[in-house]
Amino acid sequence: MSNSVFERVREIIVDQLDVDPEDVTMEASFKDDLDADSLDLVELIMAFEEEFGGEISDEQAQEIVTVGDVVAFLEAQQKEA
Amino acid sequence: MGLFSGKKGLIFGVANKNSIAWGIAQALHQEGAELGFSYAGQVLKKRVEPLAASIGSTFVEECDVTDDQAIDQLFEKVAQHFGAIDFLVHSIAYAPREELGGRFVETSREGFRIALDVSCYSLVALARRARPLMPNGGAMMAMTYYGAEKVTPNYNVMGVAKAALEATVRYLAWDLGQDQIRVNAVSAGPIKTLAAAGVSGFRKSLNYVGAVAPMGNVTQEDVGNAAKFLLSDWARKITGEVLYVDGGYNIMGAPDPSVMDV
Repeated sequence: MSNSVFERVREIIVDQLDVDPEDVTMEASFKDDLDADSLDLVELIMAFEEEFGGEISDEQAQEIVTVGDVVAFLEAQQKEA
Repeated sequence: MGLFSGKKGLIFGVANKNSIAWGIAQALHQEGAELGFSYAGQVLKKRVEPLAASIGSTFVEECDVTDDQAIDQLFEKVAQHFGAIDFLVHSIAYAPREELGGRFVETSREGFRIALDVSCYSLVALARRARPLMPNGGAMMAMTYYGAEKVTPNYNVMGVAKAALEATVRYLAWDLGQDQIRVNAVSAGPIKTLAAAGVSGFRKSLNYVGAVAPMGNVTQEDVGNAAKFLLSDWARKITGEVLYVDGGYNIMGAPDPSVMDV
């Protein structure tokens, strides 16, 4: 577990959305900055669940707007576990 | 020479690389099949096109299976492109998100209608148009799930739609038998697909099923292998069947005590 949550999240986003790693900042909005469509978001959530092992509910997923939102959520989840 | 060399067919229901339909497509492609794909909307186009291209398929068309005119137009294109076809794969299901969790008794009339239309009637609609393109017989298959037969909490109206789909497979098998067209279904164990993401608590039940099934969870490749058999001449005279590809989950009456944790 040498990589930070952010680095692991960034890797998944780069892979899924085919974007430059530099564009994946904590402030970046999935829809507005990274051009994610509605299915991209579902696929990303699935990929995060796969990588981090937890489950992200619909309600929680709806709160996610930026990359930072995901990182904060996953970091909190990792601490609980 | 593969099992499907010289054979052509249509695959309905690829959404992305995790789709069961894509697992089937890859299996058939490995055996030499020539494939055409249909997808359900613009948001899927950018996902399906590169997948189809990766196995050399040039027939990729949008089709809303709830629109009879759209299906007619699709099959006109199929006839032009392929002439005759040998098989059809139906891997389409949909229910409004709010119907896939909570109390079943709250299922709405509209949610019920949509689930049955997209997930079940579409097989009849596609079979009707495919039949004339199978003058020398052929094979069709649909994807179902154990929730059709036994209650699977949260699967809700989709279980009802799959029960109707399994009955539809039997009636089609009867009716199309005279045309030498076989119609079967595969009942796959749960697989983490885009569609599964819509079912509440899916991950938990996936883990549970994996622990209870004698051979654990299944993959898209496992379903692809079964499809290879069912759609091939090796399955000649097998029709109207539901074939389980579920690691044996359906035979279990109770889980092994080692996985009971109540």
